[in-house]
Amino acid sequence: MKSLKQRKSISYSKWGYVFLLPFFSVFIVFTLIPLVSTIYYSFFENYMSGLTQIGPTFVGLDNYKTILFETDLPKYAWNTFFIWILGFIPQILISLLLAVWFTSKRLDIKFSSFFKTVIYMPNLIMAAAFSMLFFALFSDVGPVNNIIVSLGFERFSFMESVGGNRGLIVLMNFLLWFGNTTILIMAGVMGIDDSILEAAQIDGAGPWKTFWHVTLPSIKPILVYVLITSMIGGIQMFDVPQIFTNGRGGPNRTSMTLIMYLNNHLFSKNYGLAGALSVILLIATAILSFVVYRNLTEKEAK
Amino acid sequence: MSKFKRIFALMLALIMVFTFAACNGVDDPDEPVVTDPADPGVTDPADDPDPDPDPDPDPDVPAVEQGKVLNVWGWNDEFKGLFEAYFEGVPDDVEVNFTLTPSDDNAYQNALDEALLSQETAADDDKIDLFLVEADYALKYVNSPYTLDIINDVGLTQEDIAGQYTYTQEIVTDSNGAIKGTSWQATPGLFAYRRSIAKDVLGTDDPAAVQEALSTWDKFYEVAEQANEKGYKMLSGYDDSYRTFSNNVSSPWVDEDMNIVIDDNIQAWIEQTKDFSDKGYNNGTSLWDDQWASDQGPEGDVFGFFYSTWGINFTLLGNALETPLPDGVSATGDPDAFKEATEGNGIFGDYGVVEGPQNYYWGGSWLCAATGTDNVELVRDIMKTMTCDPEVLQTITKDTQDFTNNVEAMEELAADDDFASAFLGGQNHIALFTESAKGIDMSNISPYDQGLNEGIQTAFKDYFNGNVDYDTALDNFYTAAIEKYPDLKRP
Repeated sequence: MKSLKQRKSISYSKWGYVFLLPFFSVFIVFTLIPLVSTIYYSFFENYMSGLTQIGPTFVGLDNYKTILFETDLPKYAWNTFFIWILGFIPQILISLLLAVWFTSKRLDIKFSSFFKTVIYMPNLIMAAAFSMLFFALFSDVGPVNNIIVSLGFERFSFMESVGGNRGLIVLMNFLLWFGNTTILIMAGVMGIDDSILEAAQIDGAGPWKTFWHVTLPSIKPILVYVLITSMIGGIQMFDVPQIFTNGRGGPNRTSMTLIMYLNNHLFSKNYGLAGALSVILLIATAILSFVVYRNLTEKEAK
Repeated sequence: MSKFKRIFALMLALIMVFTFAACNGVDDPDEPVVTDPADPGVTDPADDPDPDPDPDPDPDVPAVEQGKVLNVWGWNDEFKGLFEAYFEGVPDDVEVNFTLTPSDDNAYQNALDEALLSQETAADDDKIDLFLVEADYALKYVNSPYTLDIINDVGLTQEDIAGQYTYTQEIVTDSNGAIKGTSWQATPGLFAYRRSIAKDVLGTDDPAAVQEALSTWDKFYEVAEQANEKGYKMLSGYDDSYRTFSNNVSSPWVDEDMNIVIDDNIQAWIEQTKDFSDKGYNNGTSLWDDQWASDQGPEGDVFGFFYSTWGINFTLLGNALETPLPDGVSATGDPDAFKEATEGNGIFGDYGVVEGPQNYYWGGSWLCAATGTDNVELVRDIMKTMTCDPEVLQTITKDTQDFTNNVEAMEELAADDDFASAFLGGQNHIALFTESAKGIDMSNISPYDQGLNEGIQTAFKDYFNGNVDYDTALDNFYTAAIEKYPDLKRP
């Protein structure tokens, strides 16, 4: 009777909670409270006219109606999606290719660690600085145009043509992220059990068949991760197009992304409309992530 | 092994504790006083954006005591240069602090607004004392309680300001009739032409003859055609002639019902620019971009530029030089070294000015005293010297060619045969503008001018480029305008 109670098993579980506390306090203060207050303020009309504040007055769903139906939101959403997908597809294909080459025992590429370092480097540069660099390089009087002219062609305005503007943003996104993706996929490929690959080889599978039927399914979790994080990053694409187009959003706003549009509302501290847009983005991101996750991972359960 | 682990863990914990401690130790009350009366703390040449970490002045001293730090806010160093060269009345124990935020992307106004809104709770040494505003958004601050009445609150007298051009006072007069700011410059507009190109196209570079050839818009078109035939462009870009039209409108941008109104004159600008762009009379640049700046220099092939008086010495001169001026040498600081550095440099001397096809004005900077300033007397002195004293203003004009805000001083220089601008090939441009300066009419300004002026130039750039049609550009303009000013409506 007494002996049962006296047998104290040292429980360390409370330390677990103690160590989680810093993270949760930071999360609540810096993420949860702003999130809730953004959702709250999105139901109010609230902006500055000159130095006077207009609002906050409760307007219910008016902000949402304005954002969804009276503005060019679908256009910016399409811009964002288009620029993202155009950058993502080459990125994933080339990353897969490079990852397979670097980890292939047959090819055994020399100096592979040098290459891995170099392709990862663009990710280390601040995106804004990278964008500024491209802005200077491809401007109407910049080095690239000078080369084009000296080759005998006419001066091409990258900034003022829809294709040139979007194309350069796509290129920047690709360069920034393909190194990161390659390293991740390489990690996944190196984690594949050797015995499976040997079995495939013994069965007579060539490199393409091995890749398609063995490697790819094995790294599916990594691919899902890459897809979801890239998608979230794509929806939030801001610094590269903002710096590159100087806030204008390119010719006829064809490079204006959703977050750039949000930023425009913050010019007059329009917390009402900006809040509504933020909430819509939150819901859209959550739905997309959920859909991708369910679609690509439910087969694992089998 | 466990001993090592324990020491290591202890070290890590101590490091983490120290990072927290470092955050707390800033406000040390025992810090010795930084400025003392013996310290010759005159104008601070270094651009220090951080407010002086001085402790607050002794609370036992009566409230009339002046603050120890004068905080001046601006978006470029135009005023700073003038202040440092021409104002000598800064008391020994006062430090002058310039906070300069560039006006790109509205950064200057955003920073200024935030600081003004928290002016009441700021420490005395951090309070803004003086700030500069541009004509485009002057009304926003003039009509707010954040600027002081220069007569009743700052202490200038009607006599002090009697010598100024009246329009510079009208623009900063609020709805109750109080004057809320003052300026050292008047800004009549002009057309600066390349003498060498004029000789080639018109056969002469004499200002009177060039003016004759450009005196109406129709004649302007003709010269544009001639220039084109010889391989020159008439204008650099789309926005160059904007102000000529926009400052002659007959109604403000926004009417009483908050509708955006596009005046007929703005319409005329759109048509002219589209015409010029289609015929290739311009280089397709936008104001302030790299190509526009290089068009003003030795490599440029542009006949001329519409500029206001501040543009000549502040922008055009810099862009016209091949070798940039050495650091610290300016017309205001060191006239002799300036002469040496500029003669024969680039196309210095190749520009002349004429009134152009239409009278106009462009911008200008005003000084406003911020409500809550603790340096009222110093602010008054600065305003009196820099914007009312005819001698100081005339010296500024002689050194910098800027058109200053004193009728008498300017008319004196206009009549002076010896006054000539080396940059403008020996021309006395002040004589040209004393008349037009008197006729400037700023009655059609609105608080929304800056955003709408920029907005229409940006939106129609696509139209001039041929990327969109007229209606789409118009739509884009209204969209951008309402994003910036949600209380406006499209008609």
